[in-house]
Amino acid sequence: MTDAATRTELRGRLGDSVARPDGVAKAQGSFAFSGDLTADGFLWGATLRSPHPYARIIRIDVSGAWKINGVEAVITAADVPGAATYGLISHDQPVFASDVVRFVGEPVAAVAANHPDTCRRALAAIVVEYEVLVPLTDPERAIDGSHEPIHPDGNVVRHQRIVRGDQTIEGPVIVEGTYQLGMQDQAFLGLEAALALPDSGGDGIELFVATQWLHEDQKQIAACLGFPVEKVRLTLGGVGGAFGAREDISLQVHTCLLALRTGRPVRMAYSRQESFLGHVHRHPCTIWMRHHAGLDGRIRRIEARFVFDGGAYASTSSAVLINGITHTQGPYKCEHATVDGWAVRTNNLPCGAMRGFGVVQACFAHEGQMDKLAAAVGLDPVAIRLLNAMETGDRLITGQVIENVAPVARCINETAALPLPDEPVGGHDGNPLRLPGGTGLTADRSHIRRGIGWGVSIKNLMYSEAFDDYSTARVRLADGVASVKFATAEVGQGFVTIAAQIARTVLGVDDVVLEPIDTTVGSAGSTSASRQTWMSGGAVDGACRLVRERLFELVGNAHGIDPLRLAIDGADVVDTDGPLRVSVVEASAGVLIEETFEHHHRPTEDLDEDGQGNCHTAFAFVAHRAVVDVDPELGLVKVVQIATAQDVGRALNPLSVIGQIEGGIAQGVGLAVMEEIILIDGHVRNASFTDYLLPTFLDMPDVEISLIEEPDPMAPLGAKGVGEPPTISSTPAVVAAIRDALGRDLYRVPVRPSDICL
Amino acid sequence: MAEAADMTDGPIGSNEAYSLHVNCERRDVRDAWVGESLLFVLRERLGLMGSKGACEQGECGSCSVLIDGALVCSCLVLAASVVGQQVLTIEGVAPVGAPTDVQQAFVDAGAVQCGFCTPGLIMATHSLLERSAEPTELEIREELSGNICRCTGYGRIIEAVQRVAVARRSRASS
Repeated sequence: MTDAATRTELRGRLGDSVARPDGVAKAQGSFAFSGDLTADGFLWGATLRSPHPYARIIRIDVSGAWKINGVEAVITAADVPGAATYGLISHDQPVFASDVVRFVGEPVAAVAANHPDTCRRALAAIVVEYEVLVPLTDPERAIDGSHEPIHPDGNVVRHQRIVRGDQTIEGPVIVEGTYQLGMQDQAFLGLEAALALPDSGGDGIELFVATQWLHEDQKQIAACLGFPVEKVRLTLGGVGGAFGAREDISLQVHTCLLALRTGRPVRMAYSRQESFLGHVHRHPCTIWMRHHAGLDGRIRRIEARFVFDGGAYASTSSAVLINGITHTQGPYKCEHATVDGWAVRTNNLPCGAMRGFGVVQACFAHEGQMDKLAAAVGLDPVAIRLLNAMETGDRLITGQVIENVAPVARCINETAALPLPDEPVGGHDGNPLRLPGGTGLTADRSHIRRGIGWGVSIKNLMYSEAFDDYSTARVRLADGVASVKFATAEVGQGFVTIAAQIARTVLGVDDVVLEPIDTTVGSAGSTSASRQTWMSGGAVDGACRLVRERLFELVGNAHGIDPLRLAIDGADVVDTDGPLRVSVVEASAGVLIEETFEHHHRPTEDLDEDGQGNCHTAFAFVAHRAVVDVDPELGLVKVVQIATAQDVGRALNPLSVIGQIEGGIAQGVGLAVMEEIILIDGHVRNASFTDYLLPTFLDMPDVEISLIEEPDPMAPLGAKGVGEPPTISSTPAVVAAIRDALGRDLYRVPVRPSDICL
Repeated sequence: MAEAADMTDGPIGSNEAYSLHVNCERRDVRDAWVGESLLFVLRERLGLMGSKGACEQGECGSCSVLIDGALVCSCLVLAASVVGQQVLTIEGVAPVGAPTDVQQAFVDAGAVQCGFCTPGLIMATHSLLERSAEPTELEIREELSGNICRCTGYGRIIEAVQRVAVARRSRASS
């Protein structure tokens, strides 16, 4: 069928490692991030925040701020015309606190002025008189009811049990542990920023903002402004990373309120310190697990208790909880379980979405348990995991059957086959940079111990519990050019690259125009839950296929051929049963074909009171092996290598997939050995990049990768989401490696020097 | 707090005027506050938005520029203190649409995701390769460790730097 002489080769189809369409602009500094957007006559906005974790507001006096030249607006809760509160799942978070502040950093007032320094001084001139209250900072006290409710909705956000199978099964082998995870920050580099442009009549607004979900923001903003949804128009400002922290509202409503109040454009941009206070974080969590297994090491029953500290407001805590407890067993067969899960409210920083969303917490616990089980029955870490590895057709402890491709054993085996580092401790060249502690020259090479550890995980993809998180795309074809429109937030993950690859592949076009990402098309859902390649990819694919059908009708009618016989071959429409070959450019000359498509995944269910139900959409799997060098005297760790084999379904852009894997592992390594927001009595002690440590070039290990490509029949393009799995089991792998090096138990991340050497 | 009314107009003393040499051009700065960082003045007064601010503490390198050829964090430098010195920003590295070998290698190697750290890393990489034409992997890691990237895990960035070094060597030897 293919005539090589006339076929036009296209670059950038599905499966190719195409470069990002926005790459050159980003490398040249000409790409506009949301904080780079400006407008004539704009004002700066800034936020006054609570210095107390829990206090009653007695009085707010803003008169001092008004006396400063250059101040154009000062607003408080009294100036919010619509709904006083917002939130992703329950609307429990005030736009501004009016009666009580519930965390350090809670917004109390905002100003607009002519210069950031004027704003700073205006905020300093606002007097807020507080009656300081005793904060609730221990999640257990939220559960046991020994602290007064800190919010009208109470101190328990959600309690859910999972009860499955025979509750009487005991042993014969029993291993038990309690695991803790600290609060991790997403630490995207592009700080929160927005530009709001009020309509001239003051009855509408346009907002350019870095977010993960334009339509959800639009809905929440409109409610708070008291506007119909269509009067709030959002366009995605360039997003400098997200990782979950942009799923909730931060400065959106404040920026709009200031712009409407002044009738002028307003720019808001958080500082790094403010960013630590102004967005949700990964939940700190304490997990107790007890595994009952046979003498051969097969898991028989799991008991567990999860406590997620959600901080002051609900955000997505209830969904994080469900993700955590429904992944209790990890990627292993288990028919019997008893799980008790709590997500609670405290006066700590609010927590919500971060890459891995509850499963990071569960995985750290179940992988610690697997190593304990291995030791108890005399197996090695690989053997115990292969023995219990889940397969397609197995059930979760919710009763849900895993219908996806589930190559767990293959992930483990292919990871094990990747080469271990060939260099000895400290490397061949003896450079101290390769030792724990680096140029500090603190390590005695002969005392360094090397360890190897494993982590394997399962992650749900898309949203759960009966939520229809559909995505929309519109595609136009004219004169050989495809224009693709969607509201999918491009946060760095590369959906813009994939969208163009889909259009080229399905439509046989070379030129693909990506239209602005805004709310003038239907919702794409959130860029989270590893869902956009599946969901928005499915939407773009669906719209392109509808356009292609109509193109085939045109060509078929023009040539008297049944359209069903036509196909795309390279850049041509061809007759699969005849000689016709006409280029897509020629076939679409002078016509305009437009189609819009919504992709919905299959429906999911709520859990019942025993935690039973088909609550998740789909699953992906991954294995990680970590190699570390540890200085046991100073408690320093050098992560030497991470090897991973990941179930990706189909790598639509292998270069992008590798980028997600390496980047995700960096965040997993960070949680394992350095990243934690330190809270003492509700006060944040390290809200800066000086004190909150992130992996640098010198901290990041070599990564060995094997992509497992078994296209998933349930996925529109065969491709599974790849963003979250790398972050999930890399953390327990590193901790297991440190345990292996030291021969001592470690139950908490991040692992601190004192955990190692004291 | 009650004394706020006694504070002076606008940003304190926002009436400074000086000239900077940026990207081989003289750029006048007027009605500025002397407390403004070079990063702020580049972005907000001269419209050069390519340098990014992500920590304001010199920890992340997103705001990297060259001052008289030396790589510095522009968030840590008062703009008024570099009068008379040559400032090179990402905008001065190459014209828009005509990327340097380093910029193109970053794109091709997958070293760019969200791209917020990228301009700073481009500045740091050009500076590194000026000083060391064929850096070892460890040298690359050490030299670029002042630039934080949260998306990539650094692997593709190292690959990009190595590709440039190899390409430049083969060009030089041919």
